[in-house]
Amino acid sequence: MIEFHLDAKSGVSPYLQLVQQVRRALRLGLLREGDQLPTVKEVVGHLAINANTVLKAYRELEHEGLVAARPGVGTFVTATLADTSLAAHGPLRLELQRWLAKARRAGLDEESIEALFMTTFRTTAREDIA
Amino acid sequence: MTSVLDAQGLGKKYGRRWGLRECTIDIPAGHVVGLVGPNGAGKTTLLKLASGRLEPTTGAITVLGGRPAGTPAQLARVGFVAQDTPVYAGLTVAEHLRLGARLNPRWDATRARERVARLGLVPTQRAGRLSGGQRAQLALTLGLAKRPELLILDEPVASLDPLARREFMQGLMEATVEHEFSVVLSSHLVSELERVCDYLIVLVDSRVRVAGETDKLLATHHRLSGPRRDPDRLPADQHVISARHTDRQSTYVVRTDAPVHDPAWTVTQLSLEDLVLAYMDQHTAANRRATLEARR
Repeated sequence: MIEFHLDAKSGVSPYLQLVQQVRRALRLGLLREGDQLPTVKEVVGHLAINANTVLKAYRELEHEGLVAARPGVGTFVTATLADTSLAAHGPLRLELQRWLAKARRAGLDEESIEALFMTTFRTTAREDIA
Repeated sequence: MTSVLDAQGLGKKYGRRWGLRECTIDIPAGHVVGLVGPNGAGKTTLLKLASGRLEPTTGAITVLGGRPAGTPAQLARVGFVAQDTPVYAGLTVAEHLRLGARLNPRWDATRARERVARLGLVPTQRAGRLSGGQRAQLALTLGLAKRPELLILDEPVASLDPLARREFMQGLMEATVEHEFSVVLSSHLVSELERVCDYLIVLVDSRVRVAGETDKLLATHHRLSGPRRDPDRLPADQHVISARHTDRQSTYVVRTDAPVHDPAWTVTQLSLEDLVLAYMDQHTAANRRATLEARR
């Protein structure tokens, strides 16, 4: 069983924080197939948040195929995220390092690099949604 | 689904001063509704109108489809926890429960007893000897044992320390999962309501500035910042909530159902607190203009 926590200063909505914490726990192997997530009542009582926030997070995880709700019993993990993408990390990091070196040679300082990365990241994310 | 609270042109006048005016809202059942606004904005007036403790001067209000406090049955459906969670200082915890049982036809004695035990309240203790947090929990227990369809709480945690606040909210939120009922609670601090509410009403200067589901409010409000631009050059569907200008830069908070694609703007999401502040800012900006005009 995992326990949720909320970071009020993160700027990430509470429901998304719950989703991310489950995903992270799956990636790290803290949650495995068959494990039960805390019940809505437990989460609500622990974090003092609106029940709909938890329901929305669990629905999203269900939609992603990571968990399944068993009516009257609880919500259970049905998939695993560990190791599925780990193999890709190495080559991607290498490419990123090359790109960073190129950016520095072009005269960008750390802040410019971060700004460029974040705006591009956000624009692409937004285009993906649209 | 019936509305939990439906107000049409609702107003309340105290002598010559309006405590609440032109209030038109329609809140569906099943929400935890946060009523937020500065002190003296009219929050208590609205809650007292909803619980039948005040009669409207203008307009009409129905709660769960009935007139507030219109019949004994209607009274039994609505719980009200007044400001500073009052209890009878001279009565013991157990006597409070007995009184509750006597006064409320739908009283759930088991629920009340279990809750008191879980909280570790001593039944023989006089309420006057309880801590602020315990008193608030006792008031909440009475409100819940009434088995209301709507529980109204006026600034329930304002006078509590942070730990007691959290415990109170935990208890309230847990109860909404266990027993389905709607909640309307007020606070002058958004931060207190941000996590617990899924519906928000912003009340400033005796008027409702905005009301709606928090998710929808957050999705339709954006902060735009970029090169200076006059408000009349914004698209017609972008409703300006607040605006700030320097000689080169403009920062707007706008409400719009459509996404903002204009590349000149840096668009950022608002927190609920920012959103509420934008509506309060709108009010102070209007006031400043009025004062300036009056001076001329």
